[in-house]
Amino acid sequence: MVWSGLLVACAACYGLKLAGISLPQAWLDDPRIQRTVPLLPVALLSALIAILTFSTGHRLVLDVRVAALAVAGVAVLLRAPFLVVVASGAATAALLRLV
Amino acid sequence: MASARPAAETRSGIVRDALGIGVASGAYAISFGAISTTAGLSLLQTVALSVLMFTGASQFALVGVIGGGGSVWAGAATAALLGTRNALYGVRLSSLLGVRGIRRVLAAHFVIDETTAMAIARDSHADSRFAFWATGIALFTLWNLGTLAGALATHAIPDPKALGLDAAPPAAFLALLAPRLRARKPMAIALGAGVVALVVLPFVPAGIPLLIVATLVALFGAFRRVSH
Repeated sequence: MVWSGLLVACAACYGLKLAGISLPQAWLDDPRIQRTVPLLPVALLSALIAILTFSTGHRLVLDVRVAALAVAGVAVLLRAPFLVVVASGAATAALLRLV
Repeated sequence: MASARPAAETRSGIVRDALGIGVASGAYAISFGAISTTAGLSLLQTVALSVLMFTGASQFALVGVIGGGGSVWAGAATAALLGTRNALYGVRLSSLLGVRGIRRVLAAHFVIDETTAMAIARDSHADSRFAFWATGIALFTLWNLGTLAGALATHAIPDPKALGLDAAPPAAFLALLAPRLRARKPMAIALGAGVVALVVLPFVPAGIPLLIVATLVALFGAFRRVSH
């Protein structure tokens, strides 16, 4: 079950790459596609951040993850490297759980 | 003028940049490996994702959805939606690369943010092709090594939550999102998407809020009046 989902996802992602490089340029030049596609990562990444920070299962919760996200945000503003941003978020959550 | 520089000098500059990008993404892959294993995927599944999917944001989203309790199918749909931008990169690259047959099948796998950025910034098609392949090979190698390292390191950890690893994915997504927020419109889209996701979350199965958000974005893009 998990494997089939993963492999379908891999096939879909590869198919999109291959389609872009193979299909006639005019097909993907539609202004609606050009406008919409760049917005998808912004919306989906933001929705993922909200869900993974403010919920557990189907409940909305406020816990140490909010502080972890805030610290990661400061690291982003300070232009810290990717790994530092991720580690700062994780370390904040770990430390606050010790308190 | 850049094109007046000796070819060898341009090429070694490209290789240097490609390696730099590869090392940075290797570090990023370490966190992917860690997050994926923490989400419950096996070592083999984690490594398979990096080899076969090879597009970072989609991989992170897939394991993020699974780690958050969503089904693998909701995760797969989210990963595919995030992969749509690679199709647009492919359109830009196809004329630059001029690849056919088996080389196109291979080149397609390397069509991602970093290789596109490296290829389109060149003065000649020959340099573009070189930059594309150099970046693709460096990234693919280091991305997979990083994934393996991250997965191996976290594989043995009994309680990932004690290390705050459940707070790692949102931090990773924030780092991916931040460079895309340099104008007011994406900022508004991001805020709206976050609010919509939380509002529908209590009422639908895990993973579905993301698909609702994606549908709304698609409708917004299709029907909005264009203003210039």
